[in-house]
Amino acid sequence: MRDRQFNNRIPYFTFYIGYSTFYIPLSFSKKFAEEIYSLKFTKIFSNLNRIHMELEQFFSAGYRGSKAFKQLDVPNADATGFGSPTDDYMDRGIDLNEQLIRNKPATFFMKVQGSSMINACIHHGDIVIVDRSIKPESGKIIIAVIDGEMLIRRFEKTMNRIRLIPETPKLSPMEINHESDFSIWGVVTYVIKSLTV
Amino acid sequence: MKAIVDCNSFYASCERLFKPSLRNKPVVVLSNNDGCIVSRTDEAKALGIRMAGPYYQNKEEILKNNVAVFSSNYHLYGDLSKRVMDTLRLLAPVVEVYSVDESFLDLTGIDEEKLYDYSLFVKQTTELWTGIPVSVGVAPTKVLSKVANRLAKKDKIGTKGVMVLQTPEQQMEALERTAVEDIWGVGGANSKKLRMFNINTAWDLRNMSEEWVRKNLGGIVGVRLVKELNGMPCIEMKDPLTTKKMIATTRMFGKPVYELNELKEAVATYIARAAEKLRRQNSAAGSVSVFVVNSDNRNYGHYEPSYRSTYILLSAATSLTNVLTAQVMPLVDALYNKGSKYIKAGIVLGNIVPSDMIQFSLFEPPENVNAKKLMSVIDNINFSMCNDILKFASSGTKRNWKMRQEMRSQRFTTKWDELCLVK
Repeated sequence: MRDRQFNNRIPYFTFYIGYSTFYIPLSFSKKFAEEIYSLKFTKIFSNLNRIHMELEQFFSAGYRGSKAFKQLDVPNADATGFGSPTDDYMDRGIDLNEQLIRNKPATFFMKVQGSSMINACIHHGDIVIVDRSIKPESGKIIIAVIDGEMLIRRFEKTMNRIRLIPETPKLSPMEINHESDFSIWGVVTYVIKSLTV
Repeated sequence: MKAIVDCNSFYASCERLFKPSLRNKPVVVLSNNDGCIVSRTDEAKALGIRMAGPYYQNKEEILKNNVAVFSSNYHLYGDLSKRVMDTLRLLAPVVEVYSVDESFLDLTGIDEEKLYDYSLFVKQTTELWTGIPVSVGVAPTKVLSKVANRLAKKDKIGTKGVMVLQTPEQQMEALERTAVEDIWGVGGANSKKLRMFNINTAWDLRNMSEEWVRKNLGGIVGVRLVKELNGMPCIEMKDPLTTKKMIATTRMFGKPVYELNELKEAVATYIARAAEKLRRQNSAAGSVSVFVVNSDNRNYGHYEPSYRSTYILLSAATSLTNVLTAQVMPLVDALYNKGSKYIKAGIVLGNIVPSDMIQFSLFEPPENVNAKKLMSVIDNINFSMCNDILKFASSGTKRNWKMRQEMRSQRFTTKWDELCLVK
């Protein structure tokens, strides 16, 4: 019964440190598994207790988009004469989910309104892909929540201050201090933009 | 050890995720047809708004305190629920999804000393990834883990939303703080009975003898419950349900229906919805039952709902919307009574079998392939475009009877044209 349950899931390996045993999905790298054990990943950032996952560590063979497909989904030529010589080499085709979504349960799509990021080539009406599991580092474009409003801005963090920088001369950068009602919703990973409309 | 991960006021938390201005503000979510309150945040609870209370009774309180009210948006809740469960499946070896907002995890094999840290890690990762706050209760049995979860939820700041009941002392302290009616599986009637025997807390119940429980608390079910309270696991992890044995679709009408045509339209739509579910799990139904509820003015102004139902056994199991609709429409004719005021209708598909195992009768031609192709085209278009862009004419074009959802938020995660806007 237990075996059947495991079949539907991602493969696991058992991980020992000292007397402790952990079950870790194979998609986690060993280094990350070590971090689970030592709980080094918990960092305190602006009154939020967030865990930050590093892409490179976490998604070496990670959970990307939809992997659920059948052999039937691979096309073949259905040639009636001689069989097509390419049939043995057919692929499933390119799946955008695999490329654009690194962590499916943490990825959300949003639509940009206005021109606050115009110099970063993010225009009104573009769709941005937001990953909540990525660590917001200085220089990344993030979705910030300020006073209950969701804003897309470039995140700048230096030794002693945090700023949200719009990519347009019309708006001025926003300084974040201890009194600000500020949190980070997620990090923007891709922009989808239509060039024909 | 087993853990239960339970989302904190799940529906209201889903609404908050895309409206951060509602953080720390009271939020309530209403049931279908905006009838009752089905989810409320701690802030709304503090205002005295009752769970499952009718909306109109609480309306004054809600308006006065500026509580945010939402109609239920099951598209959003379903998607976020799947995200929470997917995250848990990545983090834990065995996951049993128990309901839309709670899952049991089997933590066998995780070092006893690290249980708290591990649970905190599960909680924080789920919250970070999906944005839905959760509480975790960990204990040797399912019933005890529910007890732990409830206490973790009550004191979110002190426990950080995680409670582990490992030692007998911890279990005793937790059980003493839990009233009998708050134990998982003890209903209202049973708890009244227990109170009569002066059993007030879970700890009191735990100390009762097996014979007493067998006699007074529903036989073997009660014995199992008390064993679980004692830390002896009796309720094991279940395999996921892959196919449903019965599919029901039923709704209250947005406003009462008098005409036969409108009633038929409603039933046809419910059949289409249920048949879609049936095809999604690759099954076929062998029987359909229909029911209608009318509320007629009898006894001089005294309204009394009355319920009529009938069913039909199909000669061959099917999942085709048009076949099911054609079979059911005469039943609606038979149930309909001119002049009655209908407030609700529903259908139940039964005798469900996998569609590759359908037994054909001698006199029935096998379903032809074209009809199946048609269904899959309709399903694909409806899934990818928007709800019900293609439908059978029998389900009507106007839909006066459709349910009220006046305050529904956008379907942020499932529809391209309803995405969340960022400035």
